Amino acid sequence: MKRQLPLAMVFIFGFLMIIQYFIPHEYSEWVNAFLMDWMMIIGVFALALGLWSLTRVSWDKVRQKKPNWGYSIVTLAGLFLMMFFGFDYFRHFSTAVGSDNYMYIHFYRHIVIPIQATMFSLLAFFIASAAYRAFRARSLLATLLLVAALVIMLRFNPFLGPLQPIMEEFSVWLLNVPNLAAKRAIVIGVGLGMVATALKVILGIERAYLGKD
Amino acid sequence: MNIFDRIMSFDRRWIFLSLAIVCVVTFMWPFHVPITLSNEVRSIYNRFDSLKEGDMIYLSVDYDPNALAELHPTTYVLAEMCFRKNVKVIFGTLSNLGQGMVDQVIDDITDSVMLDKTYNGVFYEGREIQNGIDYVFLGYKPYPAMVIQAMGLDFRVPFPTDYYGTPLDSIPIMKGVKNFDQCKLVMDMAAGNVAEMWITYGHGNYNVPLALAVTGVMGADMYPYLNSGQIFGLAAGLLGSAQIEKLCDNPGRAIDGMRIQLFAHILIILFIIMGNIGFFVTRRRKKMGGDVR
Amino acid sequence: MRLKLLFLSCLLLIFICTSAFTQDEAVVADSLETTAETISPAPATSLTAIDKPDDHGHGIDLSWELSADDGGGLMSVMGYMIYRATSPDGSYEARSGLLLNVTAYSDVGAMNEGENDYMPDYTDYYYKVRALTTDSAVFADSEILGPVQSFGQWFNWKRLSVLLLVAGFLFLTVYFIQKAKGGAKLFVRRLAGIEAVDEAIGRATEMGKPILYVLGLGTAADIATIASYTILSRVAKKVAEYQTGLIVPCYDPIVMAIAQETVKTSYMNAGRADAYNEDMVYFVTNQQFAYVAGVNGVMLRDRPATNIYMGKFYAESLILAETGVAAGSIQIAGTDEISQIPFFVVACDYTLIGEELYAASAYLGKEPLLLGSLKAQDYAKACLIFLAIIGFITLMFGYHGIVDFFHVAG
Repeated sequence: MKRQLPLAMVFIFGFLMIIQYFIPHEYSEWVNAFLMDWMMIIGVFALALGLWSLTRVSWDKVRQKKPNWGYSIVTLAGLFLMMFFGFDYFRHFSTAVGSDNYMYIHFYRHIVIPIQATMFSLLAFFIASAAYRAFRARSLLATLLLVAALVIMLRFNPFLGPLQPIMEEFSVWLLNVPNLAAKRAIVIGVGLGMVATALKVILGIERAYLGKD
Repeated sequence: MNIFDRIMSFDRRWIFLSLAIVCVVTFMWPFHVPITLSNEVRSIYNRFDSLKEGDMIYLSVDYDPNALAELHPTTYVLAEMCFRKNVKVIFGTLSNLGQGMVDQVIDDITDSVMLDKTYNGVFYEGREIQNGIDYVFLGYKPYPAMVIQAMGLDFRVPFPTDYYGTPLDSIPIMKGVKNFDQCKLVMDMAAGNVAEMWITYGHGNYNVPLALAVTGVMGADMYPYLNSGQIFGLAAGLLGSAQIEKLCDNPGRAIDGMRIQLFAHILIILFIIMGNIGFFVTRRRKKMGGDVR
Repeated sequence: MRLKLLFLSCLLLIFICTSAFTQDEAVVADSLETTAETISPAPATSLTAIDKPDDHGHGIDLSWELSADDGGGLMSVMGYMIYRATSPDGSYEARSGLLLNVTAYSDVGAMNEGENDYMPDYTDYYYKVRALTTDSAVFADSEILGPVQSFGQWFNWKRLSVLLLVAGFLFLTVYFIQKAKGGAKLFVRRLAGIEAVDEAIGRATEMGKPILYVLGLGTAADIATIASYTILSRVAKKVAEYQTGLIVPCYDPIVMAIAQETVKTSYMNAGRADAYNEDMVYFVTNQQFAYVAGVNGVMLRDRPATNIYMGKFYAESLILAETGVAAGSIQIAGTDEISQIPFFVVACDYTLIGEELYAASAYLGKEPLLLGSLKAQDYAKACLIFLAIIGFITLMFGYHGIVDFFHVAG
């Protein structure tokens, strides 16, 4: 029963959602809206679960003085401080007015934004080192890849003079023809794989997500 | 160990350091990079340019601070263009740190629109932008696919109130506005899979006229949707933002940033060339060594 | 004298005529203007109204022909407005703004009673189209059309092609599953990425270091995440058997809850329920780069022997994988995010590309049920290639029917 009930629910709701896509009637829309509401409600409760998990793991590290437990204190402090300011000293629970809080905005603008932007900008450095390692003309195909990459990078380079419009045109061709052809092939494969996996889940063939082989 | 062997076993931290130096130096060097315009960005501008006073659009700010450098300039310029032209804007976000992004855009643009300015030869008198009259900010709800579908039915399903807690029915510009049918277009500035959700659920289910501004990495992925007509325009990365700034005659951080990007690209190309020279020489030497033996 | 009188009379006549004519011209001009302003324009004709097709109801599609004075005739019509009433002689209310140079309009109202603009279904509606001039008092109404009712449909015909494709695919899947059950041998090529998983777990055991399993940034509704659970269950079972450590930091709380269940059951299936620890699978944050920082921290502090990335990945893919390289871990990745595949290919030892990730469960399980669906995918691909070629050829001959049939809108 413990195994059969989730499978039955997946089957029923999976087919309901497939059928719903083809029925425009308002009853069908109502079912859709009802299920969407439930997804959001479950999502909010799951967030509480996540919060509990993070707090427990971090607190355990601090309590047992596990290696690097200091980072866990920073995690917990950040988590609860932002929450505290977000609720605007626990005056506003139901609206977003809390995020107008002076401290919340300052933490957001002067800590969260720079930290996130810095993390993302690391990508530029990693791309540079990965490009250095990967773009080697080892074979004909690798050389083609290398040439394509150079063309795309140089397409808007004003130092190229009269070559620049040619580069631009060539890069547009590269993006619209070979790039698109390869991407479409992968997208079609991915699309079919998604439908196949979704059908396997709905039909109960794929059950690993329930922890079953 | 000769120079070519050194090149082949190059410590990547040298690459990081060189890139950092190039970025810092070009940031401070006032060099103007000419911006070439592409058709996919031009079509975004044309659609915005054809909007009339009183029209309504939906601007979806679906990125976190991490994509700020690439996407914020597009949001700024397009929002300012709408406010100048007296086009009503519904702001929304499907990214959980997007609320702060929208807050920042509204704060800054409100100040900017107070001043008189001329764009592309058209003079706009400064005016005050008012919440509920010129724009509404719906706020954030998790699970973007569901929120887009729910908004397609009625904005009030996922957002009974706006970000500030005012019921949508009592907001002047939302009178008679039910869903995307009343919006002339949806412009999604996205970092992540939200862009594809807009295509699948927004355009697929509700046929919304959709354009995207995405990060540079995502750009090449979105071209199939452009060719199939699922999106009418595409601005990818910093270059896309710079093109929008140029078209709107409102130069800002994107056009500035192009300078840094240009020299960073040149540096990466130099490293690639260097790596290949090292690769060929060491391979040749290995081959020759093999022959001797 | 008579001649003089005649001459004077003629002169007077000419004068009168001239002045009369001059006056007449003004009068004619005036009267023409008045005509243009006061004469009603020709109305819009051939008004039709039908229930809006393929919708949830509460909508009626109208079409008409332009007034003869719109773009021709008196050139006096500047636009149209739609009016609606619930009885032919009832009070008509405007249902549209000014419509310029159009011959069709969808009158769509609200679905729920109590909402503004509620438009109940199965109600008789009467319509007229008003041709408007610059003078708001001068207009022409078309003939009244009605009654017409709106109602919701039970099938969206615009999506017929999708239904046929899904049904066809379902048929193929069931057919091949039955065939495989019947004992038919289905060939599947080997996937190095999947085969490397066992080897990587073995390496971790030898080194006495844990395995880091990253489910990506997807939600539980993403197929890539669902496929990732399959691989996780396999990895967790092996890890339990070899008594190696497992770390699963999660981005989404729902994903975390399911991953905990998956790992727990795998440990139970391996007969090592006692070794399962709930803290193996934990929530980090649902902030993309904060999550990356958390995972990178684990990589650099715990130095896992193997990093497995399976699921949805975005800009963080290269940051994770390059940090993994720096930490000296063996890395296996799989994602359906096309733009991230090159990054994983560059930085990881093995990469599952696109659909290979979904196929992983079939490779791992080798059950006929799962292999059958793989075969169905291959045949579906062949069908799509065939359809694409047919569409291409018909388009070349100017026939758009097939392409239009597969164009799904609304």
